[in-house]
Amino acid sequence: MTDPDNTTTSQISEPLDLVHLSLDERVFVKLRGDRELRGRLHAYDSHCNMVLGDVEETIYVVNDDEEDESVQTIKKHSEMLFVRGDSVVLVSPLVQS
Amino acid sequence: MEATTATTTTEPASAPSSDPSSFLSEIIGGPIVVKLNSGVEYRGELSSVDGYMNIALEKTEEYVAGRLRNRYGDVFIRGNNGLPPLPYLTPGC
Repeated sequence: MTDPDNTTTSQISEPLDLVHLSLDERVFVKLRGDRELRGRLHAYDSHCNMVLGDVEETIYVVNDDEEDESVQTIKKHSEMLFVRGDSVVLVSPLVQS
Repeated sequence: MEATTATTTTEPASAPSSDPSSFLSEIIGGPIVVKLNSGVEYRGELSSVDGYMNIALEKTEEYVAGRLRNRYGDVFIRGNNGLPPLPYLTPGC
């Protein structure tokens, strides 16, 4: 009944545990520079360097040509992607319906 | 690119926090607003914080320019390396 190693109660004691729980799951990653990634988290480290698979990258480009401000989205797909941690803003598990 | 500040709207506690990180540990579970220097705000319940000020939030709402943009069940916000966010308490958030 006791669980000294805290293996079954997957409680989040530090923020990176949330990322750990998302290993091999699909995650949403928000990056600096108006970029977002959706992909499967294969690996990460404490710097938030990450390896993602089957990644869809969305880049938001703001056109501000004189009063006509529109946001263009560019989508890219990568089979495998290494993300340097310093560009990571946010990581969230993607619950796919 | 990001900056850090912290304020609270609570009364001076009877047993005041001795340092910022113990203040943050005391408000775990409570509603907070994490504001990044980019202006984006994340409102949710504080799950945990670590020494880098990485932050985990539950029931998170993302506000851009004051407007609700996204909801996330759980969120990890990276705290170190020039991205320290600023958490502050909001009563009844």
